[in-house]
Amino acid sequence: MKYLEEKIFKVIMICAAMIILSVLVYIIGTIFYRGLPALNLDMITKLPGGGFYLGKEGGVLNAIVGSLYIILGSLVISIAISVPLVLYINFYLPAKSVFASLIRFSLDILFGIPSIVYGAFGFALMVYLGIRASLIGGILTVAMLIMPIMMRSFDEITRLLSRDLPDALLSLGATKYEMVKVILRQLLPGLVTAILLAIGRGIGDAATVLFTAGYTDNIPAALNQPAATLPLSIFFQLGSPVEEVQNRAYASAIILTVIILILSFSARYFSSKFSKNKI
Amino acid sequence: MRLLRAVKDKTARHLMLGIAIFTILFLLVMGLSLFFKALPIMKEKNLWVLLTSAQWKPFKGDFGFLPFILSTFYVSLIAIIIALPFSILTSIYLNSYASKNVQRLFEPVVDLLSGIPPIIYGVWGTLTIVPLIANKIAPKFVEYSTGYTVLAGGVVLAVMIIPLLISIMVEVFRSIPKEMTDASLSMGATKWQTVKRVILRKSVSGIIAATVLALSRAFGETMAVLMVCGNITQIPHSVFDACYPLPALIANNYGEMLSMPSYESALMFSAFLLFIIVVLFNGLSRFALNQIERRYQF
Repeated sequence: MKYLEEKIFKVIMICAAMIILSVLVYIIGTIFYRGLPALNLDMITKLPGGGFYLGKEGGVLNAIVGSLYIILGSLVISIAISVPLVLYINFYLPAKSVFASLIRFSLDILFGIPSIVYGAFGFALMVYLGIRASLIGGILTVAMLIMPIMMRSFDEITRLLSRDLPDALLSLGATKYEMVKVILRQLLPGLVTAILLAIGRGIGDAATVLFTAGYTDNIPAALNQPAATLPLSIFFQLGSPVEEVQNRAYASAIILTVIILILSFSARYFSSKFSKNKI
Repeated sequence: MRLLRAVKDKTARHLMLGIAIFTILFLLVMGLSLFFKALPIMKEKNLWVLLTSAQWKPFKGDFGFLPFILSTFYVSLIAIIIALPFSILTSIYLNSYASKNVQRLFEPVVDLLSGIPPIIYGVWGTLTIVPLIANKIAPKFVEYSTGYTVLAGGVVLAVMIIPLLISIMVEVFRSIPKEMTDASLSMGATKWQTVKRVILRKSVSGIIAATVLALSRAFGETMAVLMVCGNITQIPHSVFDACYPLPALIANNYGEMLSMPSYESALMFSAFLLFIIVVLFNGLSRFALNQIERRYQF
């Protein structure tokens, strides 16, 4: 009897796992199946032409470049804040510090806050500061969104580092600041993983940039100009009643999916490299 | 030279401390500024009326959030009901049955599922789930449905929270000492009996914490749900009705409504509501998960 139960549940479990696997394949498959016919070189090399949203010529270069600008800008901000923070809680504070666990706890909570709330908060902040929907607004808001992601994954990797290296450095007479500079080099693959994860989240999120970055058919030339983003571009094209435009939304979805796939696999590559170096 | 090193060290230390304090304060600043933005509407209307009235007529000054709150709740509930069994079964399988190769195969699967942007889930939902509901499932139960329904939102959301549930549950199951499962197995119990009587029983609190965490993720999910759930202001009566969750309300209307202060404040109120619920849920479940992690650490 118990062996029968064993068999039955094993089959159910394998089915559940298989369904999850096939849903992933189904999602990526659907996007490619619907988008591939409309995907061409124009999509990624041209700006939307006149009447683009009625099915005429053009591409989504504006959105690709806009997304890149926003993610690069927000990376600069969030790396500048995340790296010192993670080094601080790991190497400056004592191992069982209450302060460190308080920071980790608030990072966990910040990580869970929905992107739409970041978007609304970012917009309120921009109104307060007198900034209109622009590249800089998008950069600031996306930075808020990706910072906890970057901090948490970088922190997780940093915690794995053996304590021997910092101890050796300190016993050689290095100051703590000199010590973390050396350690940072050791942690570089881990940082790259964290950055790639953060890019993946930041580049695909629409709710944060919805109010803060605006939308435009051109490539922004200055920080105070609005910037298009890939997810919003997909969203707006999908809202069009013209079928050709909708198909192009699916093609843009392929572009975004491919970007995410590349990021995800390179993050995996870097983190495996990191664990190889670890003793 | 020595002085310079000491100064550098001190400066770096203070700078880092500043950043650390800023990180903790950030949460507070965010909550407070949302609160103050929402204050006008809370002064104008009774809080209870805001939460329980179903009258939503912004241009007449009626702000009842009940349809939105219920929509959010229903969609998330359906998502959890669908996602939970799949996630539990898969995590058990990965933890106790699967070979190293299968485990290695599933890591990128979970990673990718959690990495796919909401907008892509939304596109997928409109292409597959919505027509499926409109043409195949709904006609069996109701006369007519557009497919943009509570159910569609729930299904898409379920797929989106599955990776979160799996990754946490695998951690929870892994935190159970091997001695316990070994003891059970050596007494002649089958693997499934061990799972049922030892692993699951030991990780009830972890599973609950993971569920609460996933719920709070579901509450806040915006774009994907917005694209498949219809966005009609009403209290949904069946899973085949359209609905209008809170995040979708903010996304669709915020930014254009600055000309009406009370409307803007009402939308900020919904952002504040989301913030409070998510912080509460997140805080509780993270706290519980940290405790679980600590319990078995020697």
